[in-house]
Amino acid sequence: MAQVVFAVVAVLVAFVLFRLLRAGRIREKYAALWIVIGFGVILLALWPGLLIATARAVGVAVPSNLLFFGAILLLLGVTLHLSLEASNLEDEVRTLAEEVALLKTKLSAPLPDALPADPADEA
Amino acid sequence: MTAAARTLVIMPAWNEAAVIGDTVRELLSTVEGVDLLVVDDGSSDETAAAARDAGAAVMVLPFNLGVGGALRAGFKYAWENGYDRAIQVDADGQHEPSQIHAVLAGLDQADISIGARFSGVGDYSARGPRRWAMSLLAAVFSRVARTRLTDITSGFRAANRRAILQYTRHYPAEYLGDTVDSLMTALRAGLTVVQVPVAMRPRQGGEPSHSPVKAAIYLVRSVFALFIAMTRAKNRVPLPTLGSAPELEATH
Repeated sequence: MAQVVFAVVAVLVAFVLFRLLRAGRIREKYAALWIVIGFGVILLALWPGLLIATARAVGVAVPSNLLFFGAILLLLGVTLHLSLEASNLEDEVRTLAEEVALLKTKLSAPLPDALPADPADEA
Repeated sequence: MTAAARTLVIMPAWNEAAVIGDTVRELLSTVEGVDLLVVDDGSSDETAAAARDAGAAVMVLPFNLGVGGALRAGFKYAWENGYDRAIQVDADGQHEPSQIHAVLAGLDQADISIGARFSGVGDYSARGPRRWAMSLLAAVFSRVARTRLTDITSGFRAANRRAILQYTRHYPAEYLGDTVDSLMTALRAGLTVVQVPVAMRPRQGGEPSHSPVKAAIYLVRSVFALFIAMTRAKNRVPLPTLGSAPELEATH
């Protein structure tokens, strides 16, 4: 029974991701990872033996612990990735704000004495 | 540095409508031979209008970027408009306009000149963890800069064209990034620093907090900012030296 629930959840996640991706609401670089995770979850839900065999091979006594370990590692990676992207975006937004301010200042009529005439310009 | 060196005073201001007019008027009437740019850091009050009425050129940021953000925008303005020197001055009147030329004079010896309190002039004092933080910063920076520096967090700083270029590349918007990080990165990029003793007035916006908890947090954050700045990867594009690169010469 639990297996069915897991499989349904996995398929649901993959479906929602695919729809978001198709509607252009999520960029591929973020969705790719999630789609891989979605397929992984479907695989494990359909063939639980896979997890048990892997746990035995790596030497983990309780297979679910291996699953938790993998899941936590993945989530850590995803949040780190999001932090990086957010920092990147903040930098880009800041640069754009500066550019806009510079352009607006250039466009608005400067005070006559804001930039004093320079001898080199008149020469 | 020629006599015709063009100098820009950069004054970041965030919701300073109450005092900016007086600060601008005093500066324009006391200091000769400089242009003034007020950078309105996304104020929600009439800061920009007040500064404009008082006679300053004003650059308005679309939203609040923090002091470091406003300053980098100001340095970009200075760079693009071919200024030879730029000096940052607080909008709250803490920095005396009469001292501007003293701080600028430091640029004859170095790329960056810091107007410093505690240098025997003025009557500023700090105690407890805040004082430790300042002493620690002073000790580390003096070592790296190979010159005696006592007031790292002073916002009264002048830059020549080479330092302006460095600031346009790296001037963090984070807390303490505008002082500690920007200066350390500039030093590690090979710029030289000198400090000039100046008198400062008490802040019009109230005294800095004397709460020991806040002072302790300040200490921790200083150490953290210092650690980040000192371990940051160096810029791979080296700064050109003065006299060797045409873009560092005055563009006028």
